[in-house]
Amino acid sequence: MSRPEGTRSSRRSLQVKFVPDEDVLKHIADDAGSKVRKDKAQLSVSVKRFVKKLENISDNEAQEILEEKNYVAALGICAQDPVGNGSNISGGEVYSFQTPKRSNKMAELASELAQTPEKNVAPDHSKCPEKMAKTPQSSKEMFFLMHVFSLLFQNKKKEFVSTTPYRLRKRLSAPDPYLESESEYSASCSEDEDEEEQKEVSTVLSDQKTPAKTKAASTPPPRNSLAKKIKEQKMGNLVEEYFEAHSSSKVLTSDRTLQKLRKRRLNQQTLHDLLKNAPLAYAAEIRDLNQQHESLFSKWMLQLHLGFNIVLYGLGSKRDLLEKFRTSLLQDSVHLVVNGYFPSITVRSILNSITEEVLEHIGTFCSPLDQLEFITKRFKEDPSLELYVLIHNLDSQMLRGERSQQILAQLSSLPSIYLIASIDHINAPLMWDQAKLSLYNWLWYETTTFNPYVEETSYENSFLVQQSGSLALSSLTHVLHSLTLNARGIFRLLAQHQLEKKDNPSYPGLSFQDFYQQCREAFLVNSDLTLRAQLTEFRDHKLIRTKRGADGVEYLLIPVDDSTLTDFLEKEDEDV
Amino acid sequence: QQIQEDLNKQLLDNLVSFMSRSHSDFQEKTTKWTCRMKFREIPTAALVLGVNVTDHNLTFRGLSDVLQDNITPYVALLEAKDCPGIKNLMQKLMGQLMNCDIDVDSLEDEDCVQVSQNRVRCSMPSLISWYESVTKKTDSETPSKKRNSSSRHWQSPPVVVIFKDMESFTTKVLQDFIVISSQHIHELPLVLIFGIATSPMIMHRLLPHSVSSLLCIELFQSLSCKEHLSTIIDKLLLTSHFPFKLGEKVLQVLINIFLYHDFSVQNFIKGFQLCIVEHFYSQPLSVLCCHLVDIKKRVYSLSHDQCENIRRLPSFRRYVEKQESGKQIELLTNDSFLKEETEKLLEDLYVYHENYVSILRCLHVFTSSLPKYPLGKQIRELHCACLENQVWETEEYESSLQLARMLNKADLVTMLQQCVEILMSPSGKEFDKTVEKLKEFLTQFQNLEAEASQERDVSVSSQKELQKKTDLYHLQKTLLELKESRRSKKLTKFEMLRFEVVDYIDRLVRKYLVPADNRTLHEIVYFNAATVLRGHLNAAPRTALHTALNNPHWYLKNQALKCDGGGISNKAPDICIVYKLHLECGRLINLVDWLEAFSTVVMAAEEPNADAASSDQVDDIIHARFIRAVSELELLGFIKPSKQKTDHVARLTWGGC
Repeated sequence: MSRPEGTRSSRRSLQVKFVPDEDVLKHIADDAGSKVRKDKAQLSVSVKRFVKKLENISDNEAQEILEEKNYVAALGICAQDPVGNGSNISGGEVYSFQTPKRSNKMAELASELAQTPEKNVAPDHSKCPEKMAKTPQSSKEMFFLMHVFSLLFQNKKKEFVSTTPYRLRKRLSAPDPYLESESEYSASCSEDEDEEEQKEVSTVLSDQKTPAKTKAASTPPPRNSLAKKIKEQKMGNLVEEYFEAHSSSKVLTSDRTLQKLRKRRLNQQTLHDLLKNAPLAYAAEIRDLNQQHESLFSKWMLQLHLGFNIVLYGLGSKRDLLEKFRTSLLQDSVHLVVNGYFPSITVRSILNSITEEVLEHIGTFCSPLDQLEFITKRFKEDPSLELYVLIHNLDSQMLRGERSQQILAQLSSLPSIYLIASIDHINAPLMWDQAKLSLYNWLWYETTTFNPYVEETSYENSFLVQQSGSLALSSLTHVLHSLTLNARGIFRLLAQHQLEKKDNPSYPGLSFQDFYQQCREAFLVNSDLTLRAQLTEFRDHKLIRTKRGADGVEYLLIPVDDSTLTDFLEKEDEDV
Repeated sequence: QQIQEDLNKQLLDNLVSFMSRSHSDFQEKTTKWTCRMKFREIPTAALVLGVNVTDHNLTFRGLSDVLQDNITPYVALLEAKDCPGIKNLMQKLMGQLMNCDIDVDSLEDEDCVQVSQNRVRCSMPSLISWYESVTKKTDSETPSKKRNSSSRHWQSPPVVVIFKDMESFTTKVLQDFIVISSQHIHELPLVLIFGIATSPMIMHRLLPHSVSSLLCIELFQSLSCKEHLSTIIDKLLLTSHFPFKLGEKVLQVLINIFLYHDFSVQNFIKGFQLCIVEHFYSQPLSVLCCHLVDIKKRVYSLSHDQCENIRRLPSFRRYVEKQESGKQIELLTNDSFLKEETEKLLEDLYVYHENYVSILRCLHVFTSSLPKYPLGKQIRELHCACLENQVWETEEYESSLQLARMLNKADLVTMLQQCVEILMSPSGKEFDKTVEKLKEFLTQFQNLEAEASQERDVSVSSQKELQKKTDLYHLQKTLLELKESRRSKKLTKFEMLRFEVVDYIDRLVRKYLVPADNRTLHEIVYFNAATVLRGHLNAAPRTALHTALNNPHWYLKNQALKCDGGGISNKAPDICIVYKLHLECGRLINLVDWLEAFSTVVMAAEEPNADAASSDQVDDIIHARFIRAVSELELLGFIKPSKQKTDHVARLTWGGC
């Protein structure tokens, strides 16, 4: 079965027969039905057509591993003193460049994961975890094997006898007919083949029962020559590969969309309800974990008073923990809680709440710096004044800017302001340079809670389509209700027009002239000036967006997705 | 916990005094040199401070304080972030100058009001007029006051403007300011001080020739941060006055952070403070960590529980085991006896520290001049080595002794003299004998010198002998004899003495530089929890996240989560599963595929024997759980929404290619 070739694979025409793993497939067939069928795109074998380019590639990868090892070694210097609290994974594991993955790998892993409980029941399944264990060592062996293989192929040897007892084993079987379903990929990735080659190699080498035509024998070439080769290509190739991987705009994923799933979309409320019903896994363990952290509270207090500020990191929502800290220890003192995850929080609002509510100062400031100066002065004048500031998500979108961090750092450096904050983003520490760090005077505390980020994610209406536009919808109706009847009519016209054109993906919007014409016909406006005035109002409320086309014509667009718009129109109809 | 605050204060005092001391020499220079102010040229000092930017604040504060005390009341500190334009710069300058003026003569309240009104139009002329008015006022004041002020400042004190971080100022602003102020240098004696973090070359790069020719630049080099560090270590750790000590690992961690991360003395101090806090917080017996004078009182106020705590200390147990049985029972049952014993032990410990420091310095004198520095150049390295284990068992010590046995006489004598000085300076009571011994060595060396001249005569005579004989065989024979005799001779004289000295030093080291771990009750004064310290100062949030996501069992001690190798069980928390699945993807991830994979895993975990027919539609709850997990990943910064393809998200982390 020939497959569409990706950018790289077109260079080396390659045909591989992939004989799928019986266990995995059987299981999927039983358990998940047709859903994972795409997992096993059928490939046909003809091993002889390996082209020379292959060697190059496998070299690349072997060398990538080497590179990675160097990197690990370099990082290892930092981690020389293994930290007792278990975070002594070498840096390489965390930061290494992963070898390219093929796109249906996810599903495969899923099925493997799903299978894990059975491994105890059925002994013949026990080989799966071995495959799953992706220790660097095993992957290295893989690459070594690949290298061997490619060299052998280069030498045009075609008859082998398998002898190598590598631990990567796979059971093979004849392909299941019903798995020969259509592949749903928009483009096949070249990595696909790499991966499959690996598999091929391992299968051929380890399993003699296979009905495969090849009888493999591998006499590994002398190691030193291999190492030499690797070294030669060490530099440069990695860089090239990086750019190669990133230059191709081709997307190596399947084309399926959520819409095809015929799944009703969940809005925020139902999502919340559903999650509330779902039991939280490992509640007892999480509670234990949190109790551990809570025992540190008094220590935190002491350290805060000694001029340190505390930052909490680790997986899981630290909101509850901080809340508990607040309620248990800060009841009697002046404190300020900042919800950094709130999408409209700004430094100015933090400063305002300090000046207005803590210092009870009425009046405005021309810049945050002035305000900061004022606060500094007040706190220096009055040593009895103390303020605890709790910031949830110091690294949130709104607060992570350089200027806001600078201001917060200066604020926290005041001796009578005690800051305790939490960070979540993996790159959060990059916000701070040396100067800010010394102002903050952090003490780091690892508080992994595994609590779900309920509050923190509830505002993130930006991305998951499932969350629907309930927020957008309500704001739409609210704004429109405050407008005149004519204005509502104008907006309706635009919305209807946009919905009519919703199937056209390159719909630029409604041109102003056409729109004016339509409005006139509906007796909504009498001159284009009134329409313009009306449109300005819409634009101020961000109800519409205008952009100029290539021909200079102004196009109007409602920046709301179609379903929301439909909902809106339906609702309007009900009202009228 | 009062002690610990005391200690903190002491620490900061130390630092500040040190800083100001290190800069007092600059002051002297500045004073001399501001006198010979040149026409049309602004006297400028360029301070090269090094990369440890965070420490500079303290330095500058000390500097301006000293300046204000000694030279002029008019000091302005400017920072680049306050001065994006020349206008802001002037404003800031005016504000600071006038404020400090008010501090000096706070009598004129009216003047103060005037000044604040003036503030609106900040320009050089107004600055000059202000300056004139101020200086005139000082002139016209009562003679007594004038004398008072003139004793401290000159008649027309210069205005000192300090630019804290010259590199980050915009060049335009700097140039403008310099050009403008050079116009007014007659009326306004201005002195500029630039703080430079990189190299003095930067000045010429920032300022064109036309501008820099207006400046009369003198360069000052501040001490490097490494020297600061060694001074601090010297003052805080290598003294017997300071009861609190750092363990070997902790010191290593702190020094590593300093050398490999930031070069910031301030951070080092912070780490040290943290150590103190941790020690007093976690070690219940740390009350005993105090000065020698207080020990008696504190020991006697120990409660029964605290005595039990002492008994539980591993080092104390070791000590008890070594005692005879009668004493053992006494120690373990009788509180007052225990207290007495504890007091004695603590005093021992104190004495040990005193001896330790002096001998360490002696040893450092010997090792620091050896070629290749087998035991390290800095005393801190030596200190670490001594704390770590018995230093005389290490290879480095062996090799350094070997090298010391080959020192020439002059070096050896100066070293011995230095050692004598070191041992004399602190309380000399224990080291009386040692000093005597060393002095004896010195006199022996002097005697040697006298002998050496005689010896030279002998060798000359033997050479004469040599010339007499011409026979080849005899020549060879005599040469061999000569060689032999020379070797034995040397051994008897100078070399013997040298061996003796080195052996003596060796004996001293073995006696006094015993690692602190072997001392009884060392837990009271030594802080050893290096991992805690590292966790707080040099945290790895990414590693923590990685561990939590990859190996939830580490945190959640549930048997179901336990798994072998790099795998993950399908019962793991949702976010772990979602994370694990997303690792298998490339740059873009299809949400549908992801959701399906997720539901496969979750359903298998929940009902392993479910029939396939029912799972046609994805369960709502699973769907919701998936949404939650995905948005959590987004919050953590692993993915972001992508517009490239519908229902796709982009991976943001490593391996996203």
